[in-house]
Amino acid sequence: MSNEVAILGVGMHPWGKWGRNFVEYGVHAMKAALADAQLDWKQVEFVAGGDTMRNGYPGYVAGGTFAKAMGWTGIPVSSNYAACATGSQALEAARTRILAGMCDVAIVVGADTTPKGFLAPNKGERALDPDWLRFRLLGATNPTYFGLYARRRVDLYGATEQDFAQVKAKNSRHGFKNPNARYKKIFTEEEVLESAMVADPLRLLEICATSDGGAAIVVSSLEFAKKHGAARAPRIAAISTVTPTFPDTYIDMPAFSTDSAAGLPSPDRGFRDSIAHAAYEEAGIGPEDLSLAEVYDLSSALELDWYENIGLCKPGQAERLLRDGDTSVGGRIPVNASGGLGCFGEAVPAQALAQVCELTWQLRGEAGERQVEGARIGITANQGLFGHGSSVIVKSS
Amino acid sequence: MSKKRVPAIEGWFTLDDAPQLIGLRDAESGTCFFPKDVAVSRAPGYDHVELEEVRLSRTGKLWSYTTNHYKPPDPYVSPDPFEPYTVAAVELTDERMVVMGQLAAGVDPESLEVGMPMELVLGTLYEDDENDYVVWKWQPIAA
Repeated sequence: MSNEVAILGVGMHPWGKWGRNFVEYGVHAMKAALADAQLDWKQVEFVAGGDTMRNGYPGYVAGGTFAKAMGWTGIPVSSNYAACATGSQALEAARTRILAGMCDVAIVVGADTTPKGFLAPNKGERALDPDWLRFRLLGATNPTYFGLYARRRVDLYGATEQDFAQVKAKNSRHGFKNPNARYKKIFTEEEVLESAMVADPLRLLEICATSDGGAAIVVSSLEFAKKHGAARAPRIAAISTVTPTFPDTYIDMPAFSTDSAAGLPSPDRGFRDSIAHAAYEEAGIGPEDLSLAEVYDLSSALELDWYENIGLCKPGQAERLLRDGDTSVGGRIPVNASGGLGCFGEAVPAQALAQVCELTWQLRGEAGERQVEGARIGITANQGLFGHGSSVIVKSS
Repeated sequence: MSKKRVPAIEGWFTLDDAPQLIGLRDAESGTCFFPKDVAVSRAPGYDHVELEEVRLSRTGKLWSYTTNHYKPPDPYVSPDPFEPYTVAAVELTDERMVVMGQLAAGVDPESLEVGMPMELVLGTLYEDDENDYVVWKWQPIAA
């Protein structure tokens, strides 16, 4: 039996620094997704919300918050949090409910309103919380980790500052006409290289900002889609929400130490590699089948890591892929045709859903100037703090 | 009068001339943990093992490094004015685990290279009128 569900509609509230209530962005996205699906809120049988940790109690129970905002209809609800992987967890909650035959139509929604500046740990003396301790004992901000990964590429693979700047420049060209992007400006490599150094070798324009935004997706069983006249709607072929396998020796936020590989043998695949691998296995496809990918460019250099983690090339070859233009729109395997986080900034609980929205528009041929010609299969990849894998494969029906 | 040297966090490292991080060891699977914030051995299948306190290797190989040019938010205690600082990640020789720490004062980050041998030292994290709060830091092993 197939694990596929149909994507009947997608919608977003544009990313920005609007400073309004996150519920407003979520409702905007839900209405857009429902209109796109040609469905009414009253026809939805399940709502899965992606939680936000920065907007008080309504954010911790986002599913209920959005259901109330749209008008209570008595349907079951779930609220999900997995840091950057939140959207995929919410989508998985909806998918499993549909595949279990418990409902036909579900809506998934995430939205955020973000404060300015560095993401900081919660307040108070919290000596048992690694997220507090990493700031206290080491000054290990999020960009510190991005800097560590980027420096490894420089020292091990010969990556250059020029390469990292090229990622940002590429994504800015992709996203500058995306109506939902926050930064609609083309940056040249020179401009990127002139921006301030933040976490050597990464510069200000290469590190993802935090944004306000909202995204929603209406999913249904294939039977319902057919009856609804949407038999040709793009389908979700896989959702990966894997966790690491012990011992995981790759340093990751917010930890400042890894597992030890002195005892048990290391797994065949590192955590980041295992995320997309699980999605490929479920969908029964491989990286060679992809038309495009949306990956989490929290930093410009991190996008290059993802090329390798999702199997577009072998370790150490991502720079070549980039330099050859393979990952630009028009190239062999465009990455972040939406403009990626470089053009959006991150709205945590909405971001993994926004990646799926982009694939949906691309597969329907509705992506305008950033359209990837003949797009049939796409993958998203990201990772949430504390070991949350997130990868979704969307394919044409 | 010299200030009193106080660990910035209690029980995480020794205070002698050749300081070591203090972790826990699961003698059955052979795996180690740092910091000691584990309830049971996290090696799957070994949750019955009683963990023993152990001093970890004070040497390893540089996994990566980066210099921060912006002042982090609280609870980092920053000198005033702010000074850029380097964070290094080092893979411990015996335990084969990566542990992050600041680069020791006076080491030029330009001299670093992934893979080079490193050792653990103690250095000031911040200070007040009476105390010098120290934490583990990394520095290259003199060739």
